Amino acid sequence: MFLVLVLLCAFFSVATFSEQSPTGEAAAKQLASVIEQQFGSTPRVLIVAREQPGDSEFASSLEQKLVTSGAKVHAVVKGEPRDAREALVKISSSGEQLDVIACTPAAAAWLVFSDLKNDFPMLDNPQIVKPQSYRWPNFLKAANVLNIANQIAVIAIIAIGMTMVIITGGIDLSVGSLIALSAVLAGLFIRDYAGATNASAIGMTSACVAAILICGLIGAFSGAMITLFRIPPFIVTLAMMLVGSGLAYLLAKGESIYQIPDSFVWLGRGASFVNLPNAVVLMLVLYGAAQVLMSRMKLGRYIYAVGGNREAARLSGVPVRSVLMFAYIASALLAGLGGVIMASQLKSGSATYGNMYELYVIAAVVVGGTSLSGGEGEMCGTLIGALTIAVIQNGMNLTNVESYTQKVVLGLVILGAVLLDKIRHGE
Amino acid sequence: MTTPLLEMRDIVKSFPGVQALRGVSLSLRPGEVLALLGENGAGKSTLMKVLGGAHRADAGTIAVNGRETVFQTPQDSRRAGVAVIYQEFNLVPGLTACENIFLGQEVTRAGFVSRTQERRRATELFQRLGVEINLNVPCRLLSTAQQQLVEIAKALAFEARIIVMDEPSAALTSHEVERLFDIIRDLKKHGIGVIYISHRLDEIFTIADRVTVLRDGTNVGERPLSEMSRSNMIELMVGRELKDEFPHRATAIGPARLEVMGLRSGSAVRDVTFTVRRGEILALTGLVGAGRTETVRLLFGADRRDSGDIRLDGKLLSIRSPRDAIAAGIGLLTEDRKHQGLVLRHSVRENFGVPNLDRLSQFGFVQQQQEREEFGRYVSTLKIKVPSQEQLAGNLSGGNQQKVVLAKWLARNCEVLIFDEPTRGIDVGAKYEIYLLMNELVAQGKSIIMISSEMPEVLGMADRILVMHEGRITGEIADARRATQEQIMELAVA
Repeated sequence: MFLVLVLLCAFFSVATFSEQSPTGEAAAKQLASVIEQQFGSTPRVLIVAREQPGDSEFASSLEQKLVTSGAKVHAVVKGEPRDAREALVKISSSGEQLDVIACTPAAAAWLVFSDLKNDFPMLDNPQIVKPQSYRWPNFLKAANVLNIANQIAVIAIIAIGMTMVIITGGIDLSVGSLIALSAVLAGLFIRDYAGATNASAIGMTSACVAAILICGLIGAFSGAMITLFRIPPFIVTLAMMLVGSGLAYLLAKGESIYQIPDSFVWLGRGASFVNLPNAVVLMLVLYGAAQVLMSRMKLGRYIYAVGGNREAARLSGVPVRSVLMFAYIASALLAGLGGVIMASQLKSGSATYGNMYELYVIAAVVVGGTSLSGGEGEMCGTLIGALTIAVIQNGMNLTNVESYTQKVVLGLVILGAVLLDKIRHGE
Repeated sequence: MTTPLLEMRDIVKSFPGVQALRGVSLSLRPGEVLALLGENGAGKSTLMKVLGGAHRADAGTIAVNGRETVFQTPQDSRRAGVAVIYQEFNLVPGLTACENIFLGQEVTRAGFVSRTQERRRATELFQRLGVEINLNVPCRLLSTAQQQLVEIAKALAFEARIIVMDEPSAALTSHEVERLFDIIRDLKKHGIGVIYISHRLDEIFTIADRVTVLRDGTNVGERPLSEMSRSNMIELMVGRELKDEFPHRATAIGPARLEVMGLRSGSAVRDVTFTVRRGEILALTGLVGAGRTETVRLLFGADRRDSGDIRLDGKLLSIRSPRDAIAAGIGLLTEDRKHQGLVLRHSVRENFGVPNLDRLSQFGFVQQQQEREEFGRYVSTLKIKVPSQEQLAGNLSGGNQQKVVLAKWLARNCEVLIFDEPTRGIDVGAKYEIYLLMNELVAQGKSIIMISSEMPEVLGMADRILVMHEGRITGEIADARRATQEQIMELAVA
């Protein structure tokens, strides 16, 4: 499976190979050293950039670097060509001179700089410098890689629970609906009980925990139906899928719940740990824990045993019912968590969330090499499966594949990945 | 000399890591019963799977009626007139006997299945076999013996000339075995060749004409039955002389340990009361369906009992699940290893670990090092033949699988061990080792309940015998050494 993922990454890297202009801090660093090399340590500089996040960061950072190294920065322009002209006029009329105009690649092409010798003769013919562009795949840009991880976080987290359920020999179709239910509940609790847009961190946390726990209760109900009444998991969770989705619409009254403070997006969009998105950090931590659980702990071994041969496990003293209950509750709790993350990413709660997600989650598990007949499967396989799906989707977005075509391709790739795995294992 | 019906020459077949057949030859004449003997893992099943088209041989030739053929699929083999009746029957449980017989060879008229014609032909076939089978119920409701008859009828329906029966008597009562032999004799008269695989040497003396013995994937002997003795056969199979089929032991029977009183469950188990003493092997015998397995399953908490008290060393036990029984010190080795004893897709180490994990883990974490060491000790003391601890349980022979199951329970140090058909489908060599182990356990003061359908095993191993019939204990033989097969049979059909 890992091989498929690597091949896909290689393919999309080649397909999205293109001209890259550095921005932000990295560009500033590069340009600062270029200026120092060409103009010594005390050049007279004008910095020009557009009013955009990356460009603006570039401008500020470059200014700071040049000033520390002893350069004289006459002005920093963040805006339009008109602003650049005003700055040039001002410098020129105050009788100052310029050695360098440091621009972003876009700004360097502005007409205002096309004929400085004639337009501003007093400036002593400054040179225009811009960060060196280079060729690099769009797919492999750090921002895009993190974006892939962030996009898949919800599916990957839910797939942890799904892997456990499938290893026990069951299936959980209710996770997609639980995403919606959890998102709606979290939104409702924040709006109605935690003070809406003025909610505190503690209030929001409690609201989310409550929403996740309610999903856990639904998982416990499914587990009870499956273990006590021996109703097939497919049917129980199919029913709960309808119930969960219906409840979400009822509670939300068909609306989207958006009365939520801005700080709520911390979980879904924030990045407070070495630039990694928080949802991705959470996903990695959960995978680590699940891997330890499944490979090192008694409970994990019981999960495999129950799926491998339920009767043999029972006759060996495995508490089969409790093990199954655990799997379904874990799956539901993780689906609830997925719903909260999604609400945070979109800063609202709606009953339309998570539609069809159960299928993507199951696809991730299956592509990851877990057998639907139970007893076999690996957590890291599931993570690779989820990433494979994310890479396909992201890669097709970057290569401008139409969304309907994407669906067709995704379906075929899932089938192909599983087929390849079967062939490699000689079945 | 007539052309042989079947001639297999120098068949070679290897699987990853195992050379299953190293040039085996075999011939079968029309109207002959050839017994195929060998320990588990000797290559009998593989050879028959090659014949049945389920496996493809790496080298060697197969000739049917003198004509060389290649079997690539089960259909090829079937077209050549070969029917293989595996131990696990190839019947669709939800279909009726009639539908199963004609599965894949439906009698059709204008594209539609002609049920009336199929029924008529099925009735004819069963008449020929001299039996009556309900053609209206799904096969899963038929008894094992009846399902076997359906398999035989299926073979006759496509006019098979060669019928392979793999352990056909394993799940039959002695009466049913007799009827099976009558049918085989009738098949012989019609010129059909039968390859008969069994571990029960008595049966081979009754029915076979010629014997072929395999060991480690090669022929070690092929002779007419008249030139073979029982000890000959055993010697050929195991490659060494076995002095005694049942090892002797010095018995030291102590006070009662496990007391079962008034055990009931519907009509399967009706008021069963018995005790097992310290250092004793108690045999529970009777015909298949007498309620023996049901009784021990109730005792072990595997099924829910209507009533009944279970005491161990005088203390009343509250057993509601196998977990409770295990905690109390009772272990059950089930008769059906594949479905109830082992997780075939998991490694032998993991299988060993399952009932022992609460002992082998701390704060929920499995102490893997300890698990490996402990299992390693059992691998060497029980002489379990595995290339590594990560070997999948499903890839082992019956004897080695049973030893893995034994290791599971020995590691728990159970006070009372229940062996349900401990040597079913196990070769002579491994049987002996399991008997030795049972002796060692009772010598340590453990108690054993043994269920067995094999009379010699019951007489050879037990200290005391309980006979069951229709859910009741119909008799007790206090001194098993003086018991006779007739005595037991009389109680079993009472």
